[in-house]
Amino acid sequence: MSNISRDDVANLAKLARIDMSDSELDHLSNELAVILDAVARVQEVAGADVPPTSHPLPLKNVFRADEVRPSLTPEEALSGAPAQEEQRFKVPQILGEE
Amino acid sequence: MALKYEDVIAKYEPVLGLEVHVELGTESKMFCGCNTVFGAAPNTQTCPVCLGLPGSLPVVNGKAIEYTIAIGLALNCSIAPFSRFARKNYFYPDMPKNFQTSQYDEPICVNGYLDVTIDTEEGPKEFRIEIERVHMEEDTGKSLHMGGATGRIHGADYSLLDYNRAGIPLVEIVTKIIPGTGKYAPEVARAYVSELRDILRGLGVSDVKMEQGSLRCDANVSLRPIGVEKLGTRSETKNVNSLRSVERAVRGEMIRHAELLNKGEKVVQETRHFHEDTGLTTPGRSKEQAEDYRYFPEPDLVPVAPTPELIEKIKKSLPEKPSVRRKKLQEAWQVPDKEMAAMINADVLDLVEATVKLGADPTRARSWWLGEIARLANEKGVAAAELPISSADVAEIVALIEKGELTDKLARQVVDGVIAGEGRPAEIIKSRGIQVVSDDSALMVAIEKAIAAQPDVAEKVKGGHLPAAGALIGAVMKETKGQADAAKVRELLLKHLGQA
Repeated sequence: MSNISRDDVANLAKLARIDMSDSELDHLSNELAVILDAVARVQEVAGADVPPTSHPLPLKNVFRADEVRPSLTPEEALSGAPAQEEQRFKVPQILGEE
Repeated sequence: MALKYEDVIAKYEPVLGLEVHVELGTESKMFCGCNTVFGAAPNTQTCPVCLGLPGSLPVVNGKAIEYTIAIGLALNCSIAPFSRFARKNYFYPDMPKNFQTSQYDEPICVNGYLDVTIDTEEGPKEFRIEIERVHMEEDTGKSLHMGGATGRIHGADYSLLDYNRAGIPLVEIVTKIIPGTGKYAPEVARAYVSELRDILRGLGVSDVKMEQGSLRCDANVSLRPIGVEKLGTRSETKNVNSLRSVERAVRGEMIRHAELLNKGEKVVQETRHFHEDTGLTTPGRSKEQAEDYRYFPEPDLVPVAPTPELIEKIKKSLPEKPSVRRKKLQEAWQVPDKEMAAMINADVLDLVEATVKLGADPTRARSWWLGEIARLANEKGVAAAELPISSADVAEIVALIEKGELTDKLARQVVDGVIAGEGRPAEIIKSRGIQVVSDDSALMVAIEKAIAAQPDVAEKVKGGHLPAAGALIGAVMKETKGQADAAKVRELLLKHLGQA
């Protein structure tokens, strides 16, 4: 059984800005442990001769030329924004008063 | 009462660490084709990729990779045969993706160094600054904090985001810890950023404008009692945006740390903001809860594995090093070491070079940039390059002096006029009515008048007592409102009195 503690889950929730109740934390730490176990089985298959990879295809050095392409109009860019002001994305207060 | 700098260095050894961020001068962004021009209207240079819209996929700008390799090579780094991008995860609206594409444990360049020379009381002294890594990332968007009293993030009611800058290629150059600079720590920090800027400018990879933020320095400073091995707690002063500020920020932090340590208090490990007006720093975000960015390899980008052929090609195209260029200039201009160091320190070398290229005599060009112009810059608390006077203006003024149309004194008035924004030299000479009185007959009238007013002085000069001539020359200069060439007046006067 993988080891993911309730504190680990609480910390992750905090980093991801997800508000979780006590019962949700209990529930998820068990559930995540099961998921981690499932993923860990892949590691059993991969021997020392299989290098870790970040990409399913053996590609490297895929570059584009340094050419300017058309951007969105500001109206298009802002069309999905919940709020805007002065042609900028408007976001709620980031940090409170110290 | 603030602690004196001498008392700080008598007791403590500073240790520096410098992180410099450079925006690359590519036409398009790091992972998409959006324009990178500075100063465009908000959110006119964005697309689904740099806005992080679902389904969009980034592709690396090949030019940015070449620029970064060039920077690494110029800083004597090894170029990694294999490197990857990573996601740096954090929740902050300056990146619309909720992560910044950066590099983590596989940077593109590692283990380099940069030698810098500073002018000390014991003559020029060289310090080797070791480079830990040079890695690629993307710049963030620009926030405006609205409401609240100060425009700062604390106490703001809400913030407005412009993502034009988000995704512009950014290179981060990180030094290893820099011990052993002692009392010269502030000067070494400044010299490092200055030398780095010259190298980057020479490579043509960035416009390196500190005032526009295309080159920014974060200065880590810690103190340890002299003789102690263990490093002290550091503070990180963010986004210091001029060479002068780098020096001031390091010195200021050294004094602040020493005051805390002398009182038996602890230095808090935190980021701090530098304030240009006071030269002091204030706390930013505390690093007490270590940040957890949960880096992981970026699955949407494939690895970068520069071939030896590419590295060799870039190596061959590297321009001459700034130190080599400076040596050549020094020889061509016949400048003593001390004057050379003064030009570098005042950051006028490029300006002097440009002035000389326009035909000015090197010695005259140098003395204007280091003299009157540097004095005015100092008075205004800005760099000479920021004053509204160009190398073309100075070259024009020097040419007028050489033609005898301006005296040094009048030329200073022209310089003042240019800096005051009154126009170009020729316009100021016209508008201020500046002209050298060189018509001998007009001068003779003034000389005879002066002799008539002070016959006893004239007798003394006639009798061979030449220093007395000063009083007569002074009277002539007064009569001509300072527009005559004093040397010329002296020559005519002495001739008239039979002493030449």
